[in-house]
Amino acid sequence: MALKKIGKQTVRLEAPPSIIATSSIVGPKEGQGPLAQYFDTILSDDLCGQKSYEKAECKMAMDSADKAISKAGIQKEVIDYMLSGDLLNQIITSSYTAREMGIPYFGLYGACSTMAESLSLGSMLIDGGYGDYILCMTSSHFSSAERQYRFPLEQGTQRPPTAQWTVTGAGAAILSREGNGPYVTHVTTGRVIDMGIKDANNMGAAMSPAAADTIVQHFKDTGFEPKDYDIIATGDLAAVGKELADDLIKKQGYDISNVFTDCGIEIYDSKKQDVHAGGSGCGCSAVVFCGYFYDMLAKGLINRILMVSTGALMSPTSSQQGESIPGIAHAVTIERMV
Amino acid sequence: MNKNMTEAEKKKKDYQQIVKQKSPKSALFKNCVLAFIVGGIICSIGQFFSNLLTKWGIPKDESSIWVPIIMVFWGAFLTGLGVYDNIGKYGGAGSIVPITGFANSIVSPAMEFKKEGYVLGVGAKMFVIAGPVLVYGIASSVIVGLIYYFIR
Repeated sequence: MALKKIGKQTVRLEAPPSIIATSSIVGPKEGQGPLAQYFDTILSDDLCGQKSYEKAECKMAMDSADKAISKAGIQKEVIDYMLSGDLLNQIITSSYTAREMGIPYFGLYGACSTMAESLSLGSMLIDGGYGDYILCMTSSHFSSAERQYRFPLEQGTQRPPTAQWTVTGAGAAILSREGNGPYVTHVTTGRVIDMGIKDANNMGAAMSPAAADTIVQHFKDTGFEPKDYDIIATGDLAAVGKELADDLIKKQGYDISNVFTDCGIEIYDSKKQDVHAGGSGCGCSAVVFCGYFYDMLAKGLINRILMVSTGALMSPTSSQQGESIPGIAHAVTIERMV
Repeated sequence: MNKNMTEAEKKKKDYQQIVKQKSPKSALFKNCVLAFIVGGIICSIGQFFSNLLTKWGIPKDESSIWVPIIMVFWGAFLTGLGVYDNIGKYGGAGSIVPITGFANSIVSPAMEFKKEGYVLGVGAKMFVIAGPVLVYGIASSVIVGLIYYFIR
């Protein structure tokens, strides 16, 4: 019998692992946003001194991993597993980073849900007794994502108002068996939900049913209520998707609007930064969590947060073949004290 | 089972309807006006070069070869400088439809994919956007040519 499983989709961690350190690194545009002060490094050049954007993303991921390890005050040799994923074909950023790290590595693909996915799996590995230190990380880069999913950078196209802006950023978190928190206490794994949205320029709408499904299931499984949380943050639903998710959750009898926010809305100043609906990408929830929310937890400004990273699981090929966009959302509860 | 399917389908339809209502629309009127102005300016520049060439004594049939060459140069040049995408952000179809936009759609992937090498990058990806336009443009001109040949 699954001893630690509660309800349909949730795991309650018996010995909640501690997030002992995080790091975040962002591009110049994110560095001009309202959360600038919370990031460890703000790049002045989004090529990061490299020859290609793919290499730049890899460099960012490497740097954020190194930074998290040094902040944790450990040697990388003691890390049991590295869990990482990204948006590029065959998750090259993660695998090339793992090549340099030399740590046992699980490559993940959950699109932009990767931060919560890696924290989920990492926490379960520690609670299961399979490791003492686990590195959970993800990254995305506007320019490398753009050339894979959309148009060349210099092409003169117009974006619709529902479009989102891929965050250039990498975030890493180190989970440890021992530590003084914040702790990962619950993990709710999402189902793939597809409501038939086909517009790749409206990914928030494609992902919000998955976010709503996971959040509602989390309440049902754990018995928590919206008021038990200081913040419930989705990954990258942005303006359109957040509103839709809020309504979907209300329809199921939970009102989270008081504590509900979205990393894609937090990271940019929507009035000044011309990002249309808001931010997206693996890096979006990664840097907002590793930078902003982790800082608030560490300072004691908030006590409990539900981090719900959301992913759109399509590819350029599936879009061209007329397939709709499946969405997923993974949730982790992170508490300052247990 | 069948009933469940239709219920799920209905739920999807309802959701898609809500998404349609909640998603902000593009500012159609403003975009049209901007496209008109930007497209008009580009065409006026083309006309300027045409007049200039005529003034220099170049015959009409020759200047109609030179003007596209000049405009393609400017489209490509401004793409290389990283300016054309900013014009496109406001101009929309006004900067895509003229021949400068065609130049932009060839030069921008060529620049972007240079990192994959000159053969599989620049060579293979250069026409990734303009390719369909060329294929169907040439195909339809052949068909129209044939029709013209027979009904003339």
